[in-house]
Amino acid sequence: MPTRYSAWSLIRHGVSGDDWPPILRQHDRRESYDVVIVGGGVHGLATAYYLAADYGVRNVAVLEKSYIGSGGSGRNTAILRSNYLTPEGVRFYDRSVKLYEHLAAELNFNVMFSQRGHLTLAHNDSSLRTMRWRTEVNKLQGVDSDMIDPDEIKKLVPYLDTSNTTRYPILGALYHPPGGIVRHDAVVWGYARAADARGVHIHQGTEVVGIDVDGGRVTGVRTADGHRIATGAVLNATAGWSTLISDMVGVRMPVQTFPLQAGVTEPVRPFLDTVVVSGTLHVYVSQTDRGELVFGASVDPYASYSTRGSLEFAEGVAGHVLQLMPALSKMRLLRQWAGLCDMTPDFSPIMGPTPVAGFYVDVGWGTYGFKAGPVSGEAMADCIVNGRPPEIIAAFGLDRFTAGRLVGEKGAAAVGH
Amino acid sequence: MMLLPCPWCGARDAGEFRYVGESGTRPDPATATRDQWRRYLYFHANPRGWVREDWYHGAGCRRYFTVGRHTVTNEVRTARGRS
Repeated sequence: MPTRYSAWSLIRHGVSGDDWPPILRQHDRRESYDVVIVGGGVHGLATAYYLAADYGVRNVAVLEKSYIGSGGSGRNTAILRSNYLTPEGVRFYDRSVKLYEHLAAELNFNVMFSQRGHLTLAHNDSSLRTMRWRTEVNKLQGVDSDMIDPDEIKKLVPYLDTSNTTRYPILGALYHPPGGIVRHDAVVWGYARAADARGVHIHQGTEVVGIDVDGGRVTGVRTADGHRIATGAVLNATAGWSTLISDMVGVRMPVQTFPLQAGVTEPVRPFLDTVVVSGTLHVYVSQTDRGELVFGASVDPYASYSTRGSLEFAEGVAGHVLQLMPALSKMRLLRQWAGLCDMTPDFSPIMGPTPVAGFYVDVGWGTYGFKAGPVSGEAMADCIVNGRPPEIIAAFGLDRFTAGRLVGEKGAAAVGH
Repeated sequence: MMLLPCPWCGARDAGEFRYVGESGTRPDPATATRDQWRRYLYFHANPRGWVREDWYHGAGCRRYFTVGRHTVTNEVRTARGRS
C-alpha cells in the first residue's frame, strides 16, 4: 500500500527530506486479466478503481498507449457542472458532481475541487427560453440552478461588460452554484494511485492493436509489442480513438471526431471566481488557482484527428473574450492546445454492452467527458460486473440510435452547437 | 489555415466553406427501412486517414463538391464538383 497522505506524512517528509514514493507501481504484464480497460484517462482509471473498490474485482489491467491522462483528461478545461437539459442527463451528471465533492477524501488525493459557481450567459431570447427550461428540469431533479438578471450577474463578475451597447448584450444568465473547476491531472493521478493500491495493473506505453473475438465473444487483446493478453471483458474507454478500437471487433460507432481547442493566458491576480460561459460567443473562461485564465471554444468546424492549434482559434477566442471582458485586452496568451472530441448525433455518450459479448463501450464523450469521469467509472464497473447497464446509464445504450430513442442534449452539452 | 480547392473558384480559405460530412449514398426514402435510414443518418466510418467528404462553398459559388482529405494532416488531395 502506498503512503497515506496526511499532515503528519507531510511534516515527516519535510523534516526527513526523503523522496516521496512514486504514485504508481510498475508491474510485469500477466498472461490474462478478468477485465482489460483500453484507455488510461479518467474514465478508464475510474472504472478500474470502482471495479476494485466496490466489487473486489482486482485482476484488472488498464492499457494506455501513451501516459495516463495524455488524452482528453489532460486537455479539457476542467469545468464541472450538472445543469443539463434532459432528466436523464441531469441525474447522471449530478451524480458525478456529488462524487467529485467527496473525491479528495475518498482517494486520499487533493483534487482541488473549487465549487465557485457556473454562469451561462444568454444574449438572445432563444437562449433565455432554453435556460428557463433547463432551470425547471434542474430544480425538478434537485439540482441548484436559477435564472439571474444582468444586475445580479454584474455583482458576481464585476469585470463583465453588462451594458446594452455591445454587439451581443447580456440579457440574463443561468446560475448554477454547485459548478466549478477541478485540477484535472490530480483526478487522473488520484484514481490511478487508488486503483494501483487495490491491485489494478496500469500499463503505460502499451498500445492495443487488435482484439480477438471467437464465436461472438471477446477472448483477448493484442498489443503493439506483439503480446497477447487473454481476457473475457474489454472496455473501450478511449476518446479520439473510440471508432478505431470499436472497429477492431466490427462494432460501428455513431461517432465523428472533432478537435476542440483551448488556451491559457499568463497568470494574473485573482479577479474571476466564477466560471463564465457564453454559447452565442462560443467561449468559456475561468481562472485557475495559479491565476491563469483558461479559455475554451466550440469544436473545430470540420471532423479531424489533428491536435494542432490554429491562429483562427486564438484570434476568435480573444475577440470573444474581449467582448465579454474588455479590460483583458492587454493579457497575453501563453499557450494553446487541442483535444479530440468524439461527437455523437444527440450530444449524449454511448455506454454499456455491445453486440459482441464482453466488449463494452464508454465512448462518445464529445465535449463533456471529463466532468462525467467518476459516475462513468462507477456505472461501467457495475455494468461489467453484472453484464447489464445500471439504471443511471440505461438511456445511453448504443442501440438507441437504431431504435430512435435519442437523448438530445444539444441545448446544454456545449457551446456553439 | 486550411485551403480547400473549390473546383469552380480555386483554392480558398476553409472559413469560406461549410463542412457537410462524409460522402455517402442516401437510401431512397420511399423504400428504405427505418433501420437503414437511421444507419445512414447517424453512423460514419470516421477514419483516421483518408476520407471522401462533401463541402459547400457558402461564401463563394454556393455549390457542393467532394474532396479527399487526410483527417490527421488535413492534406487535401482531390476535389471534384457535384452537380
